[in-house]
Parts: sequence; structure tokens; C-alpha cells
Amino acid sequence: MSSQHIISVLLENEAGALSRVSGLFSARAYNIESLTVAPTQDPTLSRLTLVTVGSERTIDQIKKQLNKLIDVVKIIDLSESFSLERELALLKVKKNDAIVQKIDELSADALARIADETDDYLIIELSGEKIWLDDFLSSLEGDVIEVVRTGVIGLSRGERSLTL
Amino acid sequence: MELSGGEIVIQSLKDEGVEYVFGYPGGCVLHIYDAIFKQDDVKHILVRHEQGATHAADGYARSSGKPGVVLVTSGPGATNAVTGIATAYMDSIPMVIITGQVPRPVIGTDAFQEVDTVGITRPCVKHNFLVNDVADIAETMKKAFYLATSGRPGPVVVDIPKDITDPSIKVPYQYPAEVSLRSYKPTVSGNIGQTRKAVKLIQAAKRPVIYSGGGVVLGEASKELTQLCHVLNFPITQTLMGLGAFPATDQQSIGMLGMHGTYEANMAMHDSDLIIAIGARFDDRVTGKIAEFCPHAKIIHIDVDPASISKTITVDVPIVGQVKPILLDMLAQLESSRETFNRARIGDWWDQIEQWRSMDCLAYDKDTDTIKPQFVIEQLYKVTNGEAFVTSDVGQHQMFAAQYYPFDKPRRWINSGGLGTMGFGLPAAMGVKFANPGADVACVTGEGSIQMCLQELSTMLQYDTPVKIINLNNGYLGMVRQWQEFTYKSRYSHSYMEALPDFKKLAEAYGHVGMQITKKEDVEPALREAFAMKDRTVFLDFITDTKENVYPMIESGKAHNDMVMAPSSKFKKVCL
Repeated sequence: MSSQHIISVLLENEAGALSRVSGLFSARAYNIESLTVAPTQDPTLSRLTLVTVGSERTIDQIKKQLNKLIDVVKIIDLSESFSLERELALLKVKKNDAIVQKIDELSADALARIADETDDYLIIELSGEKIWLDDFLSSLEGDVIEVVRTGVIGLSRGERSLTL
Repeated sequence: MELSGGEIVIQSLKDEGVEYVFGYPGGCVLHIYDAIFKQDDVKHILVRHEQGATHAADGYARSSGKPGVVLVTSGPGATNAVTGIATAYMDSIPMVIITGQVPRPVIGTDAFQEVDTVGITRPCVKHNFLVNDVADIAETMKKAFYLATSGRPGPVVVDIPKDITDPSIKVPYQYPAEVSLRSYKPTVSGNIGQTRKAVKLIQAAKRPVIYSGGGVVLGEASKELTQLCHVLNFPITQTLMGLGAFPATDQQSIGMLGMHGTYEANMAMHDSDLIIAIGARFDDRVTGKIAEFCPHAKIIHIDVDPASISKTITVDVPIVGQVKPILLDMLAQLESSRETFNRARIGDWWDQIEQWRSMDCLAYDKDTDTIKPQFVIEQLYKVTNGEAFVTSDVGQHQMFAAQYYPFDKPRRWINSGGLGTMGFGLPAAMGVKFANPGADVACVTGEGSIQMCLQELSTMLQYDTPVKIINLNNGYLGMVRQWQEFTYKSRYSHSYMEALPDFKKLAEAYGHVGMQITKKEDVEPALREAFAMKDRTVFLDFITDTKENVYPMIESGKAHNDMVMAPSSKFKKVCL
């Protein structure tokens, strides 16, 4: 039984650290659905979030193999607890009334906004859970000219944290 | 003390207590070589090919327990070393490999002899570093040795750009007494609760088997393993990498397990109700068909690497930590339980094992005119009183050596088990000789493997490291030929070498002694003559039976109780 996991990794902010993580996934044939990385409030550390799919045994191995990398300081499986998950997307569409109205409705909940507008084109900024983004994008189908997504990031809710 | 980067590299090795560096000079390491020239403490061994340097350092490490050190130049120097680095990685051998890199300003410009060494070696090292500042060299060297030798050992590459070794740039030098990494804290002692659970399973076991591996050798826990076996009176089988950790000639030893393991070891694994895995990693050559691996057994697994636990085989009681303290814990708990584990306690199980053992699965056809490879190994054992360090290459000869030379001490059996690197044996034997100058060292090889790193014969003359080369020459890449016989209806596709050198003359051309042995009755006298020449490397070219196979054999993807036995044995062709 395969399931999706969001794994957060605190990584030494050093040259080549990211390629150790991505290399591990390709060398051991693990799935990687998205991967996003940036420095944290501590400049010596980066935080990497990756979404992967696998059986329980595979996910267990992924976590162990990640921990084995010398540049990996700490990891947490966000899927093991109640966590907050977000992804941001930018998409370019040809301007039309239906889309503008749709965005208007969503903007009330801060889920979408028009980030840029020219005579004929719109760039729409969306943020939310991955599954919501997936649904929204498929509802637009043929209208999307270009889309870029950040990949999932997340934090555990409440006291549980990934810190040193 | 102010030193240049080149001097810091060598001074760090000295402060680390390194005796030998196996290496080959080139453009990007010239400053470092100049620093070597100006001192006598760290001895440099000039090999003939960088692969030879890595295998020699590896043999040195495996036989001594100390880290092996390699120094090569950038580009081809580094890429030639990769096979040896991967070999060490697969068998968890502590090594530090220093590679020269092009000067920092030209990194990334496709400069002469530039490769991305850190990128190329990343998947086959425990860790690697590209040093960016002369002031960081000493600490990076300390980290490299710490990482290589602690936890689950392994090779560490330190890539050093030429410009930071410049003799005109000097910085204060201090070698750190110790170093710690916030992201690396290997587990030492095991969880006591887990050990308690393990002891409970041991107390309840009716058909137990101890299955031990290379981790016992690496963890220097041979004494504790032997003690545990003797306290429990359980049968023990050892992996290819673990041979010698427990004496093979002890009655409790039931031989190697796996693809070419003994009948008794594989049958015992299959029928067991408790497997105690100690420093072994359930390699596919050991487990055979995963779905049918030890179907009736609970499994205890002691390993220093958490990622080894339940990787392919799910275990019941994992204990993460170093083998030695865990075995000591276990022994203490067993002692305080005041329970006696005599042989009679599992008498029925021993009776069954003895019955399997009586089938004598390693019997081979002795009634032939040709020299049987097994016979050569048996004679080698006799002539060296079982005391030699034996290195091997990869193939049939490797399995024959593992099967017919019972090792009673750890670190005596030196082979590339994980990566299976042909060409390993000869340079490794040289490395063993550096670590153990007084010992008899034999390299068991074949005419295929020996030609892969043959050039090191020249190094062995230069540094006077006498080794006896036992070449089991059957004209075929024997293991390939055996698989082709079994699974490709004897279509021997490119496993026969039409032309071979005259190895006797070749050895002589390199300044060594060459012998060719074609008759069975000459095998033992030739070995005696060779080993009597203490100060000479002798190449013994044994012309052996061309079609001999390694038995027993579990074919790929089959279960432990599905072995092919020797046609000449007491068994019917296939034994279930």
C-alpha cells in the first residue's frame, strides 16, 4: 500500500548538500513528487520539504537513508501528525470574464488573486493545499497557458517543531 | 606553526598517525608531493595505477583495522580511483582519499584534468569534501578521518584545489584533537530493552542459528562473538565478509551461507525458528528468494547502521549500535539469568544439523588427472597452516578460497564481497603486506582477474612486498562460464580467453619468481617451495580443470533449501 508523505529536512546550508538529497532519491529509485529548499532563520541551515510516495517500508528506508547523509541534521515526517500544508502556484491565462469572476469569488478566502494584468493576459496567484491546487488547475483545463508551482511546504501544528 | 596547504595535508596525516599513503602524482597534487619529499614520517608508496592505490590502501585497512590513505591527482587520477572507492564503500572499509583539484579560479571551466570529483564520487562515499580555503584543510582532514572510522565505516574523499596548497601561502596550523558534527552522532551502545527482548527470544529458541557478518570484523567483536557462541552452544554460520570472526574449525561453525554456502548452513537457516543476525546486512547473495527467507524464524538484528534494519527483510527485534557493547550486554544478561545453554538443550536441532553436515556438501571429485581448484586451496591451507592472510579477486576462485580455506582469525580473509571487483586481489595483497610485513600473504586469483591490476607487480618489486600469487588458471572466466552452463545451455559467450600470457615469464619480466604447475602431485611441493622463498614474490600459475563448478549453488532467485549440489556428491542432482 503506497501513500504520500511530506518530509521536512533540516540541512547544512552547504554547497552540494541538495545534490546529496536528490542523488539519494535517484540512486535508490525513490519517488520524488516535489522538492523545495531555502535557508532558514539560522543561516547555517536550509529547510527542505519533499513530497514522496511509497510503501511503508520504502518511506521508512527513505527516512533512514536521509538521516544517514552527513549533511542532514534532522528530519520530520509531517504526515505523521496534524500539520499545515501549503503550495503556491502562478499561472498565466488569457483574460476572460468567467475566469475573472472565479478569481473574485476565491479572493475572499485569500486562496487566489490576480497578481498581474495586461490587456489580454492574467497571472493568477494561487495558494493552498496541493490537492486544492490540483483541482483548481484541472477545472481551468484548456485555459492555462503556463503554470509554475513551488512544491509543497509545511509545518506541524502546535508544539511539535523541527528545530535543533 | 605556519604551514602551506600542501604541508598541512602531510602534517595532518602525520598527526593522524598515518604510516603509508598509496598514491600517484600529477599536476594538481605537485605541491603536496613536494611536501612529501621534505619529510620522512609519512611514507608514500608509488603505485602503477590509481585503482591499485585504492585497493592497496583497502587491503591495508582490512588487515590492520586502521584507515587506508590514498593520494591521487585531479581528473583521471580521481576517476581511476573510483572503482576502488566504490569497493571500499560497499564493504564499509575506512579510507581517506585525497584528490587534487584544479585551482579554484578555473573550477567549472573544463580546465585541463578537471572533473567534478565530489559529484562523481558522491554515491560511493560515506561523505566527501571540496576544501575551499587553506585554513580549512586541517579541520577537514580531521573530519574525514573521524567519519571514515566511526559508526559504520567507509571511504571519505577530500578534494583539494591546487591553489590552496601553494607553498607561498602559509597559515597557522593546528591539528584538532577532536571534531564533532551536529548532524552525525553514530549510536554506540544498544537499547537495553531491545537486548532484553532478544535474550527472551534466545531463551525460548528451539532451532536457533547465529548469522554473523563483516560488522563483527569491523567492530572488533570477534572475541565477544566467540564467547556468545560458546555460552549458547548455538550453531553459527558466517557471511563471506564475516569469515574468520568465529573460528571456522570450531564444531559450532556450520560454514558460510548463501549462494555458495554449505548445505548445512542454508538448510539450518531455512528451518530455523530464531535467526540472530550480528553485523550482517541480509545481502541478496545471502538471502536468496526474499519471500521464502527463513519462513519459520523470528529475527534479531544487531547493526550499527539503522538503515540496514528491515531494508529487505523485516526483523522482529532490531538492536542498533556497535556489535561489541551489544554482545557484552547480551552476555551479561545471559549470565545473570543463570540459565544453562548446553548442547543437549537443543539436542534435536544439533542432531538434524549433524545429519545435514554428514552429507559432506563440499566433497569434490578427487579421482581426476587434472588439478582441481579446490585441491589447490586445500594444499594452500596445509602449507600455510591456516595462518596466512588470503586476498582474492572475484569469481570461482574467490568462492573456492572461502569454502576450502577455513579461517580461524578475523582480518585474514580479504575480498571484495559487496562490489565484486575483479583486480582487487593483487594490490590488496600488497597493502596487507605493508600492514603485516612478517606474515605469509597469498593472493588467490584467476587468469581473468589477475590481468586487471597486474601492473602492481612492479610496485611490489620496488617496495619489496613478497606475496604468493595463487593463479587458478582454467582459461575461462569461470563464474561467467558456470552461469552460462547453468542458465544459457552452455553457450559460452565470451568467457574463454583465446590468448593468455606466459605468466611464468611475465612474473620473471617483473623481477619476480614464476612457476607453472600442471600436475596434481606438484601442487604441494610447488607451494612449499614458494612459501619457503620468504623474501620473493612468487607467481604460481596452476593449470586447473577447465570445467569445474562451484557447489553447492543456490541459483539466483531461489530459496535456501533449493540448492544445486555437485554431481559427484552423495546427493541427487537437486536437493530439496
